[in-house]
Amino acid sequence: MGGALNQLPIGLSIGAVLLLIALGLTFTFGQMGVINMAHGEFIMAGAYTAYLLQDVGFPIALPAAFLVAGLMGLALERVAIRHFYGRPLDTLLLTWGVSLVLQQAARDLFGAPNVQVVSPGWLRGSVGVLPYNRLFIMLLAALSVVAIWAYLNRSAPGRRMRAVMQNRGLAATTGIDTGRVDGLTFFIGSGLAGVAGVALTLIGPVGPTLGTYYIVDAFLVVVAGGLGQLKGAVLAAAGLGLLNSYAEFWTNASLAKVIVFVAIIGFLQFRPQGLFVLRSRALT
Amino acid sequence: MSALLEIRGLDVVFDGFRAISGLDLSVEQGELRFLIGPNGAGKTTLIDVVTGLTRPAAGTVRFGGEELVGRREHEIVRLGVGRTFQTSVVFEELTVLENLDLAASFRRPLWSLLRRRRGASPAVERALSTTGLSGLAGQRAGILSHGQRQWLEIGMLIAQEPRLLLLDEPVAGMSLDERARTGELLTEIARDHTVIVVEHDMDFLRRYASQVTVLHEGAVLVEGSVEQVRADPRVQEVYLGRAREEAGDVVR
Amino acid sequence: MTAGGADVTARGADVTAEGADMAATAPVVVRQAPPEPARPRWSRLGGPAAFTATAVLVLVVAPLLLEPFRLGLLAKYLCYAIVALGIGLAWGQGGMLTLGQGVFFGLGGYAMGMYLKLHDAGGDLPDFMVWSGVEKLPALWAPFGNPVFALAMAVVVPVLVALALGTLVFRQRVRGAYFAILTQALAAALVILLVGQQGLTGGTNGLTNFFDIFGNDVAADTTQRGLYLTVAIVLGVLYLGAWQLVRSRFGRLLLAIRDGEDRVRFLGYDPATVKTVTFAMSAGMAGIAGALFVPVVGIISPALLGVVPSLELVVAVAVGGRYALAGAVLGAVVMGYARTYFSEELPDAWLYLQGALFILVMTLAPKGVAGLASGVAAGLRGRLARGRAAA
Repeated sequence: MGGALNQLPIGLSIGAVLLLIALGLTFTFGQMGVINMAHGEFIMAGAYTAYLLQDVGFPIALPAAFLVAGLMGLALERVAIRHFYGRPLDTLLLTWGVSLVLQQAARDLFGAPNVQVVSPGWLRGSVGVLPYNRLFIMLLAALSVVAIWAYLNRSAPGRRMRAVMQNRGLAATTGIDTGRVDGLTFFIGSGLAGVAGVALTLIGPVGPTLGTYYIVDAFLVVVAGGLGQLKGAVLAAAGLGLLNSYAEFWTNASLAKVIVFVAIIGFLQFRPQGLFVLRSRALT
Repeated sequence: MSALLEIRGLDVVFDGFRAISGLDLSVEQGELRFLIGPNGAGKTTLIDVVTGLTRPAAGTVRFGGEELVGRREHEIVRLGVGRTFQTSVVFEELTVLENLDLAASFRRPLWSLLRRRRGASPAVERALSTTGLSGLAGQRAGILSHGQRQWLEIGMLIAQEPRLLLLDEPVAGMSLDERARTGELLTEIARDHTVIVVEHDMDFLRRYASQVTVLHEGAVLVEGSVEQVRADPRVQEVYLGRAREEAGDVVR
Repeated sequence: MTAGGADVTARGADVTAEGADMAATAPVVVRQAPPEPARPRWSRLGGPAAFTATAVLVLVVAPLLLEPFRLGLLAKYLCYAIVALGIGLAWGQGGMLTLGQGVFFGLGGYAMGMYLKLHDAGGDLPDFMVWSGVEKLPALWAPFGNPVFALAMAVVVPVLVALALGTLVFRQRVRGAYFAILTQALAAALVILLVGQQGLTGGTNGLTNFFDIFGNDVAADTTQRGLYLTVAIVLGVLYLGAWQLVRSRFGRLLLAIRDGEDRVRFLGYDPATVKTVTFAMSAGMAGIAGALFVPVVGIISPALLGVVPSLELVVAVAVGGRYALAGAVLGAVVMGYARTYFSEELPDAWLYLQGALFILVMTLAPKGVAGLASGVAAGLRGRLARGRAAA
C-alpha cells in the first residue's frame, strides 16, 4: 500500500510537467490552429539552460529558461509559422523539420550523451512520501496556472488573446493587432515549455531528445482537455500523469502507454472534443 | 393523410439562448413553402434541426411518419430530405458532372463505388438540363460563378431525388438576372417536389411564393398566402420595429 | 416502394422535357465558360506510358545494372514506397494525416519475422527467447510457424487495428490534427510495448538473424534478387489498384470528404465509413510492406517503426507530392537514397539537411516535386496552346 501511495507524488509531478508543456500547446493550437512539434525542443532548451546555469543558481535558471525558450518560440512564429496559418497539418510537418534541426544542434553543442543537473540542496529531502523536488514542480505548475489565469482574465493583453482565440476575424476588425497577439502567445507558451524543462532537470537527466519523451503525452493532454481550455488542461494533465504512473505501477512500464492510449480513445467516445469546449453558434 | 413534414413543440437552446421555442409547423406533400422572418428568427436553425445538424432540446420532427430527431445527417438524407446551404459548398476539385454524379450515387452500396463512372445517369442528365449547366459539365466546379454554384447545389439536390427539399437563401448575393433564373428553376422544381425555401428577399417572395410562414423569435408568427401575410399588422410590426432597433444597433 | 420509384422516374422524364424547353427560352444569359479543350492523345497516354517505362526500368534495367548491395537498398526503398503509397491515399486523397504508419508496417514486419524465426529454429525456441530466459514457446507465437497464417496476419492485423481505430475515432468526428496526434501516440505506445516485452519481441534488438526463407538462403544474391522483384511487382500491383481507386467514384468521394467532410454528409454518405475503409487500406499496404521488408533487410525492430520513422515517411510523401500517388512513391525512393547517401558521406549533416529540406519544401512547394512538375507541364501546355492560337 505504501508503494501505491508513493506513486501519487510521482503521478502528480509528471502531470504538473505535462501541464506546463500543454499550456503552451493548447493556446497556440486553440488560437492559431498550429501544431508545434518543435515545442518539445523548447523543453530541451530550458533544461540545457538550467544545465549551463547550475553554478549560477537555480532561481536564476527559471526566468532564464523562460526567456530562452520564449524567444526561440517567438522567433519560430515570426520567421516561419505565421506564413502557415490555416494549414495546421503543414505546420505540424514544418515544425517537425525545425525540431530535427534543433535536436542536432543540441547534439553538436552539448554532446549526444545525457548530462545531469545537480539539484540545489534545499530541494533534497522529503516530507513523508512527498519529495521536495516533486512538491516544488507541483507548486511551479500551480503558480504558472494562476499566473496564466490572471493574465487571461485580468490583463488587457490577456483579454485580447482570448478575443483572438474566440473569433479572430472579429478581433481583427475591432482593431486588435492579431499578429502581435500571436507572437506574444507563442512567446509565453514556449517560455512555459522552458520552465517545464527546468522542472525536468530535478527528476532526471537532460539529453538532446528530452522533449520527444513528453511531447506526445502533452498533445494528448490538449486533446483530452479541449482546445484553449485552462480548466481542461489542468484536469487532463493531472489525470494523464496519474494514469501513467499508476498504470506503470500496477501492470508494467511497457503496457502503461498502451493503457493510456486506449483510455484516451475510450474517453473520446464520450467527449470527442475534450473535457471543455469553446462553444459558438458558428457551424463549421 | 397527415402532412409530409410535421414539427411539434420544438425547442432549440444555444448556451441559454433560446433560438426556437415551442414551434409547430406542418408542410403538406407537394407544397412550395416560404419561410421568412427577421434576423435571428430561427429560420436556418429550423432547417438545421430538420436535417440533423442541430439537436433540439425538446420536440419532434416527423417526416413521412419517421422521427428525424436523433438521426445522423446522412441517415436523414437517405430518408429523402435534402438541403442547400447559405454559402454554397460544392467540391471545387471535381467537375460539375462529378459533383452531380456523387450526389446521385449515395444509394449505391459502397463497394459498387469502386467502379469507375461511365457517362452520366438519367438523374444526373436531368439535373444538368434543369439547371442549365449542361455546357459546363466537364468543367471543374472551382471556376463557377456564384450564381452557377448555387444552381449546381440545387442540381445536386435534384440529382439526390429527395422527397423534401430545403433551400437556405438560394438567391442571396445573386444579380437580378440570376435571381430571375433561380426563380424559374424554383417554380420548375416545385411542380413535382415538396420545397421549403428560406428567403429574405421580399421582391423574390412576392414573385414566386404561394404559402408563407413568418417566424419571429423562434416561433411561428403568421401563416398564409403572400397577400395575407403582407397585410398582417403583426408582420409589419415585427419587420418595421426590428428595422428601427437595428438602425440603432452597432453590432453586426 | 417500387411504384414510388417508377413514379419518380416518370416525373423526372417530364422535368427533363420542360427543363430543355426552359433552357431554350430562358431570357437570361448564362455565363458559359468555354468547354474544356480535348486533351491531346499523348497526354492521355502519358500515364500508362510512364508506368510501363518505369516498370521496365525497375524490373529489367535495375537488376542488370545494380550490384547486389545497391539492389538490396533499392528493394528497401521500394518497401518504403509501398507504405508511402498508402500514406498518399490516406493523406493526399483522403486528408487523413497518419503519423503512425510505422505501427502497421511493424505489425506486418513482426508477423513475417515471427514466421522466419520459428522456421529457422526448426522446432526449438528462437535464439533470443533462449537468451531472455523464456522456456516455453508463447501461445501468441505458435500459429506463426505456418507461413500462410503469418503472411495473412501481416495484412489482417494492421487492417483490423486500423478498422478499430478508424471506427472509434472517425465516428466521433475526431479528425485533422487530432487524428494525427492520436496516430502518433499509438506509434509511441507500440514502440514502448515492443521494447518492454523482451521475451516476446526481442526487445530493442527486435527480430533478426534470419537464415532461410522458403528453402533459400536469405543472404544469397539470387534470393535477394528474387525478393527485389517480388517487392517491385507488389508495389506495381498496389499502385495500379490505388490508381484505379482514385479514379473511381470512391476516389471522387474521398476527395470530396477531404475538401468538405460536413457537406458530404448532406449528400447521404457517412464519411466515417469511407475514411475508415481508406485508412484500413493504407494500413494493409503498410503491413504488406513490413512483411516484405523483413527478408529484404534482415531485421525488424522498434527503431524502424516508431514516431520518427513514421514521420520520415510522411515527409517523403510531402517532398514527392502528396496529391499524386506517383509523387508519394517517388518521394519515398528519393528520400531513401538521400538518407543513405548523406548518412554515409556526411553523417552529422544529415539531420540538418533533412530538417532544412523539409522546411523548404513546406514553405516553397507544399505540393512537392509532383506539384512542381505538373505546374511546369501545365505552363508548357499553356504556352504551346497560346503559340498555336497566335500562329
